[in-house]
Amino acid sequence: MGEVNMNNAVEVTAPVASSDAARETKFHTRGVQVFYGEKQALFDVDLDIYENEVTALIGPSGCGKSTYLRTLNRMNDTIDICRVKGAIELDGTDIYSGSIDVVHLRARVGMVFQKPNPFPKSIYENIAYGPRIHGIATSKDDIDRIVEESLIKASLWEEVKDRLDEPGTGLSGGQQQRLCIARAIAVQPEVILMDEPCSALDPIATARIEELIDELRDNFTIVIVTHSMQQAARVSQRTAFFHLGDLVEVGETGKIFTTPQDQRTQDYITGRFG
Amino acid sequence: MSFTFVLGALIILTVAGFYMGRSRSLADAGGTAQRLHSRPHYYGYFVALWCGIPTLLILGVWTMFQTPIIEMLVQNSLPETMLNGDPAEMSLIMNDIRNLASGNITSGEITPQIQAAADHYVSLNTTSSLAKFVVILAIGIAAIAFARSKINPALRARNQVEKTMMAILIVCSVIAILTTVGIVMSLVFESWRFFEKVSPAEFLFGLEWSPQTALRSDQVGASGAFGAIPLFAGTMLISLVAMCVAGPVGLLSAIYMAEYAPTKVRGAVKPALEVLAGIPTVVYGFFAALTVAPFLRDQGTMFGLDISSESALAAGLVMGIMIIPFVSSLSDDVINAVPQSLREGSLGLGATKSETIKRVILPAALPGIVGSFMLAISRAIGETMIVVMAAGLGANLTANPLEAVTTVTVQIVTLLVGDQEFDSAKTLAAFALGLVLFCVTLCLNIIAMAVVNKYREQYD
Amino acid sequence: MTDAVMTEMQSSNQTRRERAANASEAVRRGLKKRYAAEARFRAYGIGAVGIALACIVVLFTTIISSGLPAFTETTITLNVELKQEDIDPEGTRDASTLINANYRKLVFDTLRAEFPDVTKRRDKRALTAILSSGAAYQVQQAVVEDPSLIGQTVTFELPVSADFDLYEKGVINKKTAEADRRVSDQQMAWFDTLEERGLIETGFNTTFFTHADSREPELAGILGATMGSLFTMLVTLALSFPIGVCAAVYLEEFAPKNRLTQIIEVNINNLAAVPSIVFGLLGLAVFINFFGLPRSAPLVGGMVLALMTLPTIIIASRAALKAVPPSIREAALGLGASRMQVVTHHVLPLAMPGILTGTIIGMAQALGETAPLLMIGMVAFIVDIPGGITDPATVLPVQVYLWADSPERAFVARTSAAIMILLTFLIFMNALAVVLRKKFERRW
Repeated sequence: MGEVNMNNAVEVTAPVASSDAARETKFHTRGVQVFYGEKQALFDVDLDIYENEVTALIGPSGCGKSTYLRTLNRMNDTIDICRVKGAIELDGTDIYSGSIDVVHLRARVGMVFQKPNPFPKSIYENIAYGPRIHGIATSKDDIDRIVEESLIKASLWEEVKDRLDEPGTGLSGGQQQRLCIARAIAVQPEVILMDEPCSALDPIATARIEELIDELRDNFTIVIVTHSMQQAARVSQRTAFFHLGDLVEVGETGKIFTTPQDQRTQDYITGRFG
Repeated sequence: MSFTFVLGALIILTVAGFYMGRSRSLADAGGTAQRLHSRPHYYGYFVALWCGIPTLLILGVWTMFQTPIIEMLVQNSLPETMLNGDPAEMSLIMNDIRNLASGNITSGEITPQIQAAADHYVSLNTTSSLAKFVVILAIGIAAIAFARSKINPALRARNQVEKTMMAILIVCSVIAILTTVGIVMSLVFESWRFFEKVSPAEFLFGLEWSPQTALRSDQVGASGAFGAIPLFAGTMLISLVAMCVAGPVGLLSAIYMAEYAPTKVRGAVKPALEVLAGIPTVVYGFFAALTVAPFLRDQGTMFGLDISSESALAAGLVMGIMIIPFVSSLSDDVINAVPQSLREGSLGLGATKSETIKRVILPAALPGIVGSFMLAISRAIGETMIVVMAAGLGANLTANPLEAVTTVTVQIVTLLVGDQEFDSAKTLAAFALGLVLFCVTLCLNIIAMAVVNKYREQYD
Repeated sequence: MTDAVMTEMQSSNQTRRERAANASEAVRRGLKKRYAAEARFRAYGIGAVGIALACIVVLFTTIISSGLPAFTETTITLNVELKQEDIDPEGTRDASTLINANYRKLVFDTLRAEFPDVTKRRDKRALTAILSSGAAYQVQQAVVEDPSLIGQTVTFELPVSADFDLYEKGVINKKTAEADRRVSDQQMAWFDTLEERGLIETGFNTTFFTHADSREPELAGILGATMGSLFTMLVTLALSFPIGVCAAVYLEEFAPKNRLTQIIEVNINNLAAVPSIVFGLLGLAVFINFFGLPRSAPLVGGMVLALMTLPTIIIASRAALKAVPPSIREAALGLGASRMQVVTHHVLPLAMPGILTGTIIGMAQALGETAPLLMIGMVAFIVDIPGGITDPATVLPVQVYLWADSPERAFVARTSAAIMILLTFLIFMNALAVVLRKKFERRW
């Protein structure tokens, strides 16, 4: 265990400038349209998401950024009236075609939600849940190892290692959210989607999650929806700006915030609306 | 002077009081309502309340106590020779007097004493009714006169009327408590009298139940046995069968309705299930006795099983059907109370719907489901008509659902339907059974409600 | 960035990828089994709903199919010669003479005249068994009403007895061994002859809707029980509606949050779950034995049911009052209305549809209730149609219970028919509640 731990630590202290490396496309989406009943929520979104970097989706509320995020692991399927059109490819395979199974897809593309939602079970059971249902680990030892690893990666291990049997709902808000991140990591996904993961948290807890996101970037592809431009600037390498269901602009985070191409982006980041 | 007549007169008087009060207030104010403290109709209500409330109260109390008091008077006026102290004989005599007075056929011979008493009874009744009418009318008129004299522009009629209304509201709320008190008092009081004849230990732990007491005291071997264990066992057996049907079917349909069913299906099936809940229990009883029990018996014969035509199975099955909507709607509420975020959390990890339900939602909803099952059990225990019509009468201590058993509610009905003497242990036993039934269902309900409420709070 | 770290990084990245791939593979392997489990679980759910719905279908088809025959009745057309010497030999047209004449013999003779070759005493009796005992009564009624009929030959449509009614409807038939049925082969032959002569007719059963209970199935009707139900419901409504609404208004609008109101609240919730038979015991001990109110009367039945429905009405009314937004109360208070005026002028009218819905549902419950009424003697056999709330009466569900208990086969159809009537009332009331809810439903 200790050695794995050490390796992680080394990784973390060596940030990678992703722009330097040859970037591999994880998600390739073209012409994504989403309808809720009669109402169209997304109009022809073309966006690529690259491996091992944090992509932030920003924009005013109701702009479709969460809707877009939820198409990436087909969470929209749970809403009866929701229809999705267009091509969404994960590693070159269309996830809405029959060839990818939704359960399998969600095992590969994990999700962390706006409000921390630990199951009303013990901390241990919360994390063991994913590996158990997917059959990733079967022996008690394997599960123990995954639980510990995931908690370490979510930098929660030190705080909870003595009370793994206590209910996850008893943790503080920030801890609960890190527990949810650990729960997602335990399934060993390739991508983690985060839907405003800090909106229900205080500034200190937010800072810890942001740190954590930065650390996780080395191992996972991360897509984060945020309503805070500062957060996008702090954690992401690339930023996409949504407005009224359109993808207005996408690019290097630095560029978006310093030299936006579109007037609407300019207005939004300078605080004219939001 | 019939009750309806007096009531009608009273209502007319009260309405008249309203108009008198209103016109009086306007007259006092010189025709301009602005000078009055309250709007004129409040003065009307003021007078009407003064007239209506005391008279209605007197009417109610008088009517309630008229019969007991007259009977006491008649009884006391009977000649010494007839008062030999035997309460059973006394009640027979009173019965004759009552029948004679109302012109019915009497059981015994009519002695001159009884005839005299009956005449006395009739005359007391007439006097009382007449007196009631006169007294009430007099009080009503006096009250109107008094209230009217109090009216002046400065009188705060609205405040007074509202205060009275508030008192009426409070009295109405207290009726709920009075009902409970009435239930507890009547059950405890009658049970007390029963336990004077039969020891509580024998009642609660005795294994034999045959409530036929002797007709004459010198009869042999018919003393009656009041061991209620076979009844409790029978009740539990039938409730168990019922829960075996209603539990799985109700819970699974609740899960299907809450988690799987498309909105359209849900919109159609939910009211259909509510139909099951709205069917009177006597209909289920008829269904059990006419269709289910013979069907089971015939099926049993085919497979070489001996199924009684009043089997616990038939009654339990039908009772289970009756309870399905109860379990399913309560469980549906409970499952819907589980926050959507937990579902999303589980689905987001790649769990299938059934995994989410079995491993996240049901454990989270467990306390609520347990609570709803307890409420359903309490319902099954207290259910009467199905078992009266489809279960047996003989107290049979068995765990075999193919045999006939009897239940607490069946015995209450059997003991109390038809003519009874109010002093025999047989009749009083029904109240002791009622007390047990009340206590058990009350405990189940209180615990279940506490569990469900605590569960609800958790997700609020 | 040193080479060592880069290598380390890459290799770590490599293992992570491998592990993700392994995990992905594990998920793929398990998928088939998991989807099978999913389908199974879903099937259980559909099965459960199916079972519940099947129960409804079986219940209703059983009741309707066994109840429909009760809506027709079989009559026999006889030309009865109302001879002066048989009915009123002295010609006084005195009422008691007219009532006491032997109409039984009259109708029996008329029927026997159809089969002159039947001479044996036993056969004669078997033949007249075709007629209902109500037939003579019907002729008597006609004569008493219009004495001028005497001396004429009048055509009557007289009811046949229940067994032959069942034979006509095919419930009793020759498939059963003669010893096991109540109609002999000979009687069937006679009946068939009557039918060939066109004397037997089947028509809508008006008796069922115009009579009260009777020992003879063909003469039994539900009007008595319906009137009993009506009177009982009137008493229940008159008591439970005002008391329930007042209690709800107090608890929701005025009650201070103290121990007493808390006790009342818990109490009401518990009362709603007390078994109905316990209310019957209360009624027996308090209303009948203590206050000496009449047994079997709609008055006492209504009082017991009122206590029973009170919690339902209070709970529904409180929910309706709670749904009225506080802004309306504040607006009225701000205009200087007193709290009582706010309630009576604004809150109550707005909450009324909800309160009425709850009341109708409570009344529907009370209408179908049987057990507590058995306790207070409403289970008596009553042939008169009650005319007021203190007359002895029975109610529809108790009538169902009484008939279900009767050994005569003909009562099975009547029981089902009575259930159909009862259910019709209940469906109507519930539909009314639904319509009311839909029409006045307001989203604030």
